[in-house]
Amino acid sequence: MSKKLLEIKDLYVSFDTYAGEIQAVRGVSFELNKGETLAIVGESGCGKSVTAKSIMRLNPEPPARFKGGAILFNDEDIIKKTNSEMRAIRGHKIGMIFQDPMTSLNPTMTVGKQIIEGLRKHKKLSYKEAKKIAVDMLKLVQIPNAEERFNEYPHQFSGGMRQRAMIAIALVCNPELLIADEPTTALDVTIQAQILELMKDLQSKINTSIIMITHDLGVVANIAQRVIVMYGGVIVEQGITDDIYYRSRHPYTWGLQNSVPRLDIVKEETRLTSIEGTPPDLFAPPSGCPFADRCEYTMKICRAKMPPFFEINEGHTSACWLNHPDSPKVDNPSRVRETGNSTENEVKKNDQQE
Amino acid sequence: MTSKNKEILVSVKNLKKYFSVGSKSSLKAVDDVSFDIFKGETLGLVGESGCGKSTCGRTMLRVYNPTGGSIEYNGKSVHKLRGGELKAYNKKAQMIFQDPYASLNPRMLVSNIISEGIDIHELYKGKERQDRIYELLELVGLNKEHSNRFAHEFSGGQRQRIGIARALAVNPEFIVCDEPISALDVSVQAQVVNLLQDLQQQYGLTYLFIAHDLSMVRYISDRVAVMYLGAIAEITTSNELYTNPLHPYTQALLSSIPIPDPRIEQSRKRIVLEGEVPSPINPPPGCKFVARCSKAKDECREQRPELKEIKPGHFVACHLVK
Repeated sequence: MSKKLLEIKDLYVSFDTYAGEIQAVRGVSFELNKGETLAIVGESGCGKSVTAKSIMRLNPEPPARFKGGAILFNDEDIIKKTNSEMRAIRGHKIGMIFQDPMTSLNPTMTVGKQIIEGLRKHKKLSYKEAKKIAVDMLKLVQIPNAEERFNEYPHQFSGGMRQRAMIAIALVCNPELLIADEPTTALDVTIQAQILELMKDLQSKINTSIIMITHDLGVVANIAQRVIVMYGGVIVEQGITDDIYYRSRHPYTWGLQNSVPRLDIVKEETRLTSIEGTPPDLFAPPSGCPFADRCEYTMKICRAKMPPFFEINEGHTSACWLNHPDSPKVDNPSRVRETGNSTENEVKKNDQQE
Repeated sequence: MTSKNKEILVSVKNLKKYFSVGSKSSLKAVDDVSFDIFKGETLGLVGESGCGKSTCGRTMLRVYNPTGGSIEYNGKSVHKLRGGELKAYNKKAQMIFQDPYASLNPRMLVSNIISEGIDIHELYKGKERQDRIYELLELVGLNKEHSNRFAHEFSGGQRQRIGIARALAVNPEFIVCDEPISALDVSVQAQVVNLLQDLQQQYGLTYLFIAHDLSMVRYISDRVAVMYLGAIAEITTSNELYTNPLHPYTQALLSSIPIPDPRIEQSRKRIVLEGEVPSPINPPPGCKFVARCSKAKDECREQRPELKEIKPGHFVACHLVK
């Protein structure tokens, strides 16, 4: 069976600012197995990046502050590590790909030098050995003329190539965990397709675990095995990808799915269902469900008490009072179910044809 | 949809916009582009970054002067308008910008941002002017109290609504929406798109909707034009484009968009384009897409394909489509 690589237990992260304390992450718990791809979805400000950066301890502390919980990476608590211990982990055991390849590479260093930096530090390799590995890595991420490109600066690379270089930097030490924070958001769709193919390909070759942070449900469907949906600093639903897409039991997930038009469905004359209102203020997060103000099924209890995780299925949990046995029965809004059904039929059809 | 009997509002004819970079080379941002926009429709303009879609939209609003060709609005070339006619055109054609954070002046009150156009065109004065501002704010889903605030007090979605109110303030006929939703969160995107559609029905507006999000473009547009490296590759009704794409670039573009449905997404075959968009500085002769096209032939390298009507209302610029 798969082994646990990362376990986050009841994590609380706050930012102390002049205006007060921003409670960015409020009690997040999840696990990640070896070789698994987990996607974290949510809107900006929902705490997904803060959670991911906490794993690398990349949130500047202060203002960031761990208020509670534990991040167990290979059974060792990341939060208790000193700075020098963290330096041995960053780039070595855990690699990270950032959203914006333009600003996250060092413009004054050649791309090659940025790749071998980690190798020299963590693996104590000579320049020559490190260069050989780095050039191979550049070839692996499909950069043409890797030997010449090794000596070029980031500004000589295009956006897609910079993102490839960043993947090379993140993966060159064979990390056990790769955190990708919106790796394709800044790229064009044709380049996005290339990068996603590349990441899947590399994962099968290197067998690293991936945490993919994104707001694009299409990208998630492409790459993830498991999905976590975050809202207002908490996890609202998690489960395997099929459960989240076809059998979701949380109104926020329904809202997300219904607010994006689908390319594969003939143009509907209906309006898009938008989620009215704006996300909660994390200076003073609500004591009940953070989604209560925007939810069309809000009940009294939603505002009074934070819903616990209801287990829907094995590994599929939803933090919504609608799943309580005493609550009124609400089905997925039609569109989600329809698409789920239609695909199931399609899959059956394909099976028969085969 | 029969496009023949519709009234043409904007007609772009052989538009060229080159930017000079250095003494000898020029960046061909828009290179011989022609299309029509009918009254009351939404034309989607899609393409990857750097394909010239924004330049095209901006040239239509006279932000740039074209290097060649013309843009006709109601039959008159907009770059030849002077005096009163020019002022009238500026009132009829408005723009909504991509970045709601950069496009609102941080030193101006919302009421002044919205009323700037009203004052320039002297549409309303005094109490009427105040009422008009309130009316506009309510129209876009904000309220009266918001008029005495500054832009930084609003969220991204609300700022985009202010930008829309500003565009609507002078009763325009034609609005260029330059990626109005790409800076917004998914749940807020739907709010803004719904608002744009409501306004279109209410006032009979004509939109040029520039975006790179093809699924949203399909949803909002009646017709869609696909641009690649300064040229139009394909233009047709949105359903036709998505069900029957003919140009190899359109096909690849459509297949690279991830569909939010894991079973479909993981089972479908993808055309992954090799390489990246080449530089628009001194592009080679022939088809713009030839370097990345898997079906390219000698003919494609030598001669640039013209935009031909393959089916009624379906134009494709490709030698291989007959």
